[in-house]
Amino acid sequence: MTNAEGSEFAPDGALTPAVELRQLRFGYRPGTPVLQVDSLVVPAGESVFLHGPSGSGKTTLLGIIAGVLKADRGEALVLGNDLTRLGGSDRDHLRGERLGYIFQMFNLIPYLSAFDNITLPCRMNSRRMKRLDGSLDVETRALARTLEIESLLGARPGELSVGQQQRVAAARALLGRPDLVVADEPTSALDADRREAFLGLLFESCREAGATLLFVSHDRSLESRFDRALSLPDVNRAPVAA
Amino acid sequence: MLTLDLARRSLRNRLLPSILTVLSIAFSVALLVGIENIRNGLRASFTGTISGTDLIVGPQAGSIQLLLYSVFGMGSPTGNISAEAYEHFQNHPAVAWTIPYALGDSHRGYRVIGTTEDFYEHFRYRGGTPLALAQGDRARDAMDVVLGSEVAERLEYAPGDQIVVTHGMGAAGIMDHDDTPFEVVGILERTGTPVDRALYMTLEGIDAMHEGWEGGVPPAPPSFAPGGEGAAEDDYYAAPPTPPVETDEHERDHGHEHQHGETQTPAGAQDPSLHAHDHDHGGTQITSFFLGTTSRFEMLSLQREINEYRDEPLMAIAPGIALAEMWRSVGYAEDGLKIVSFFVVIVGLLGMLVSLYTALDARRREMAIFRALGAGPRRIIGLLVVESGFLALMGAVIGVALVYGSIFFFQGTVEARFGLLIPIRPLGSLEWLYLGSVVAAGFVLGLIPAAKAYRNTLTDGLSPRS
Ligand SMILES: Nc1ncnc2c1ncn2[C@@H]1O[C@H](COP(=O)(O)OP(=O)(O)O)[C@@H](O)[C@H]1O
Ligand SMILES: [Mg+2]
Repeated sequence: MTNAEGSEFAPDGALTPAVELRQLRFGYRPGTPVLQVDSLVVPAGESVFLHGPSGSGKTTLLGIIAGVLKADRGEALVLGNDLTRLGGSDRDHLRGERLGYIFQMFNLIPYLSAFDNITLPCRMNSRRMKRLDGSLDVETRALARTLEIESLLGARPGELSVGQQQRVAAARALLGRPDLVVADEPTSALDADRREAFLGLLFESCREAGATLLFVSHDRSLESRFDRALSLPDVNRAPVAA
Repeated sequence: MLTLDLARRSLRNRLLPSILTVLSIAFSVALLVGIENIRNGLRASFTGTISGTDLIVGPQAGSIQLLLYSVFGMGSPTGNISAEAYEHFQNHPAVAWTIPYALGDSHRGYRVIGTTEDFYEHFRYRGGTPLALAQGDRARDAMDVVLGSEVAERLEYAPGDQIVVTHGMGAAGIMDHDDTPFEVVGILERTGTPVDRALYMTLEGIDAMHEGWEGGVPPAPPSFAPGGEGAAEDDYYAAPPTPPVETDEHERDHGHEHQHGETQTPAGAQDPSLHAHDHDHGGTQITSFFLGTTSRFEMLSLQREINEYRDEPLMAIAPGIALAEMWRSVGYAEDGLKIVSFFVVIVGLLGMLVSLYTALDARRREMAIFRALGAGPRRIIGLLVVESGFLALMGAVIGVALVYGSIFFFQGTVEARFGLLIPIRPLGSLEWLYLGSVVAAGFVLGLIPAAKAYRNTLTDGLSPRS
């Protein structure tokens, strides 16, 4: 199972898409499907914009890709691993090691400093820690510099603005060079200027980390900056709940 | 360890709510453990009212009655024991010592007990503690009187004071033995038992006081209405010389002179209010006596022998057994405390569940973040269980410490104020059970939000539901 890099998960070959969903079915309750996706591909190394109105199942889809939710049927290949065949704890490990997740808001643990928040995934997952090139401290500071939050590392989340909090969250998602970064409307709480600035920093850091970016939003004005755009209602055959 | 570090920081972050949770648990634990200790103290002090005495002997009547008047100073003696009977058993080979009690007089509402120096020598209470004199000396002469500590304290008597003893048990004397003032020669140390609430004199003193009294009245024609209000309950001496207007049978029972033997109705059949027997002042008559055996093995056969004594209907009870029996029969007080304990447990556990659960439920968002960062179920459960378990454990420990600390510091005060000694004792099974369930509930409770956090999605409290 274990490959040369020490990961038990499949390596990401250049041709393997970062995410590939096939005949995916999911519902929170039986009889009310939320997702019926026959095919959805996120090519490795690209930045993909997935849009859809509220309630169309964007967060649910990210939950499946991140391995928090388990599809009822179909295949969910993430970084070469079929999540529908992995157990819960394997999915947790894959997420901890190779994924970065950014929420819409309230991303941070309130009683940990920005530094401790950023380093938390690496401290919880030794394999993610091993992916760091330098020491935890050095890497964190380098990433913080890119995201312009170096001076805020000692601050508690309560002392930060929403924009600063989202950049700390981005740093946490990116530390440890994840193969895939999943962002669930991370800019929706920011004003227009901040939104542009945040996106610019996020793109730059993802490129540096060599991470695929799957970005979800209902706001199509951001679409043009991405390599590729997908509409969830177009690929999701499940009726949208009111 | 990361989990412990995170739990520690999280608790410190919510210091005030954590402290309040711990305190609410601590108080409920303290309440239960405290009630249990008081309950235990009550029982110990009740059953420790007398100890070391193997048998209490009195005229045949109800055993509870004998216990009440001889040990607790309540109710009236059911009759007398003749000097011959007392001497017979005093000199019995199985008997090591005896303490005679002659009851029937009072001083300002407190009982006067005629006894001998054997009382100071052999009386034991609470696990074999002997009596001690706080001031002065034992009563040796006929005019000497020794006071129980409460009597001395309430009436503010000191050795050397002259007091007058009342016939019967009225607070205001129905008949004062004016002619025979007694002198306080000593005051007993506090015992926390009914011993504190009585006066002690010699049997000769009792006799001297009643010199010339026959039929329960002074030699001169009395100037009082017989059978007055105050005498009604405890009319041992103050029995009306005039027969009451009732049946013949009652008339006979109310007889002025106590007659030994067969005239006495057997135990149980006797009307408890009909104790109008008087001392036979011809000899030293007593109303009961305590005895210690030379060997514990003799006790049962001696008890049987006393109960079957031919010359006079006597009965002997083992105070330890009788006290335990009586505690069970008046045990509703204890049952009451048990019921209170039970509700304390329920309320305490519920309060703890509420405060822990709200604390944990507020952290669902936090748990969703942990999940998104790759935390598995073990980490999530670990975090919450460590926290709530720690709070419960702290609460339990502080609660127990609170009780034992209070007992340690206030034991003396409580004993002095209420005469209730609350001993420091190891925790009982009920308390361990409760502490166990508090801590277990603390740990189990962490599992519920943990399971919820694990089942729930990343939407959990993170983005407003559309
Ligand atoms: N935890 C949940 N339990 C049950 N239903 C849910 C849950 N989360 C979301 N849903 C439902 O699933 C549908 C899709 O929700 P979501 O994925 O949050 O949409 P979006 O992120 O696009 O706004 C909605 O109808 C929503 O009510
Ligand atoms: Mg959403």
